[in-house]
Amino acid sequence: MREITYTEAAREALAEQMAVDPSIFVVGEGIGERGGNFNTTLGLYEKYGPMRLRDTPIVERGFVGLCAGAAMTGSRPVVDFMFIDFILDSMGELLNQISKIQYMSSGRIKMPIVLRGCIGIGGAAATHHSGSYYPLFVHIPGFRVATPSNPYDAKGLLKTALTGDDPVLFLEHKLLLNRRGPVPEAEYALPFGQAAVIREGSDATVVALAVMAPKVLDVCDELAKDRLDIEVIDPRTLAPLDMATILESVGKTGRLLIADETFGPCGIGAEISAQVMEQGFDDLDAPIARLNGVHTPTPYSPSLESAIIPDNAAIEKAIRDLVAE
Amino acid sequence: MANDRTASGSEPLVALYRMMVLIRRTEEQLARAHQMGLVPGPCHTYVGEEAIATGVCANLRADDVVFSTHRGHGHALAKGVSPRAVAAELMGKATGCSQGRGGSMHLFAPEIGLMGTSGIVGPSILQGAGAGYSFKLLGSDQVSVAFFGDGAVSNGAFHEGLNMAAIWDLPVIFVCEDNMYATEVAFRDATRVQDVAQRVRASYDMAAVRVDGNDVLAVRQAAEEAVARARSGDGPSLIDCKTYRTRPHAEGMRDGGYRTAEEMAAWKQRDPIAAHAAWLIEAGHASAADLEAIEAEATTTVNDAIEFARSSPFPDPATAADFIFSAGA
Repeated sequence: MREITYTEAAREALAEQMAVDPSIFVVGEGIGERGGNFNTTLGLYEKYGPMRLRDTPIVERGFVGLCAGAAMTGSRPVVDFMFIDFILDSMGELLNQISKIQYMSSGRIKMPIVLRGCIGIGGAAATHHSGSYYPLFVHIPGFRVATPSNPYDAKGLLKTALTGDDPVLFLEHKLLLNRRGPVPEAEYALPFGQAAVIREGSDATVVALAVMAPKVLDVCDELAKDRLDIEVIDPRTLAPLDMATILESVGKTGRLLIADETFGPCGIGAEISAQVMEQGFDDLDAPIARLNGVHTPTPYSPSLESAIIPDNAAIEKAIRDLVAE
Repeated sequence: MANDRTASGSEPLVALYRMMVLIRRTEEQLARAHQMGLVPGPCHTYVGEEAIATGVCANLRADDVVFSTHRGHGHALAKGVSPRAVAAELMGKATGCSQGRGGSMHLFAPEIGLMGTSGIVGPSILQGAGAGYSFKLLGSDQVSVAFFGDGAVSNGAFHEGLNMAAIWDLPVIFVCEDNMYATEVAFRDATRVQDVAQRVRASYDMAAVRVDGNDVLAVRQAAEEAVARARSGDGPSLIDCKTYRTRPHAEGMRDGGYRTAEEMAAWKQRDPIAAHAAWLIEAGHASAADLEAIEAEATTTVNDAIEFARSSPFPDPATAADFIFSAGA
């Protein structure tokens, strides 16, 4: 199978849908002729022009609110935030409007809007360009949250986002954007709420989110040399969250680690952990463990930045500790 | 109603009166219902401002859309939502226009273009602009109306929304209902430029007019021009309507300390309904008896609406978490 980058895969999904659905338009800063800071829309402006590839003033609240109104009246907006940190200026429109309109209108108004941007720590981007924030959106009823970890998932999940009628946060970790992976030529879509078992094993389960998925896989390859047989699950979407796959795996391994670059407190690991205790307590042979980034704004200096993200050594230690419990 | 004396062409003018009276009677009855404890939540009435919703919506088609505010009962009624559906929604009933999910501040009837009233100041401007974007993108000649108060004018949503509508020539009519107070903060204390139309012309190069918001004919005329401009692809407009609410910000709220009895009394003298009634009679479009009949009809309609709302069932508690996501998702 051909291999393309994560960004190319996601762009292919967007291009395919824009070709068949004239109600799709993209807004953002530099997503028009320039093709996006991260090449998210490269080549599309030439095909579709400014109404569908709309460069905006730097008014995140404004264009998110505008896109809410457009989604309510027959369009399918894609908001390209570039860095997802910029979404924070539009939180009122998101949490008070976009997530609630379908409910408030008793289901008569749809909210087909995709909110995309790059997340995560890396490249000394410093604290205004390094956030992830997905637990905020998972907490609020009304959002779908996708965190693809590879090109295949990026394309399949964006296809689903662009054909559904709900608001979707589509979050692309900046360290994944240029990674290559197999993507079929034929069109496909991946359903939300279906985790992927990306490595089978029997000694412990690791739930690995976004950038942690490839990192954990690398570590597990090393651990296999010591005959540690680890199962790795990538939830792919955090809302809806496929707990059934996680519970089934824990039923097999009896041990669970949640590896997530974002913060621990009130995070995805806390939620998964609570649900496993509620629904799978008897399967547990050891306390559930979490591995998170340090609970701090992101520092700039490489020596500080690398100190706050779980590296391969930290992942390996967390897995070895879990198995030794 | 026999209208032998009414000249041909009078009906649209009389219809403005009919709508304003319907809004007034509905609001009065909702205020009463609130006092009786029949409205479990807040109730912000539109009493005194009826000419604006009436004059604007008289120019709209059913497929044009309206985005409204916390003071939105009048917009809902003028867009065609029935008094029954409004009253039932305020009473939290299953028959309400939002099926009991919204209340006074979240009225929805998208099937006739009421895209929601809102508990937050500002979003109506942005969403209104967004609907305009949709219509332009999809090649429709529908237009979008965003209602908001003077309280929204200093909010970032106003600047961002009007700027985007202007640079992209969106078919939107922005209607500022300047009732002089944002809740209880005076507009004069919130801005150095109270002439919103002047500000909009200067800042966004947008067509903007200032009108007497208590003169339904003036509002209707301004809206007619703005709707024609939007529908023909010539871009957005702002109508800056000067008006006054003669009841408290919300029912049951203390109404003193920020405005004087003299000011309120003076504005009550400028009642938009009484003014239009006098004009209709003087210009020979209707008789006093005609107008009395209209009032009686409105009273009957609204009494029926209140009775309908009271006797309607509450929503099934088992449905409390329905509609969070689209069907089939």
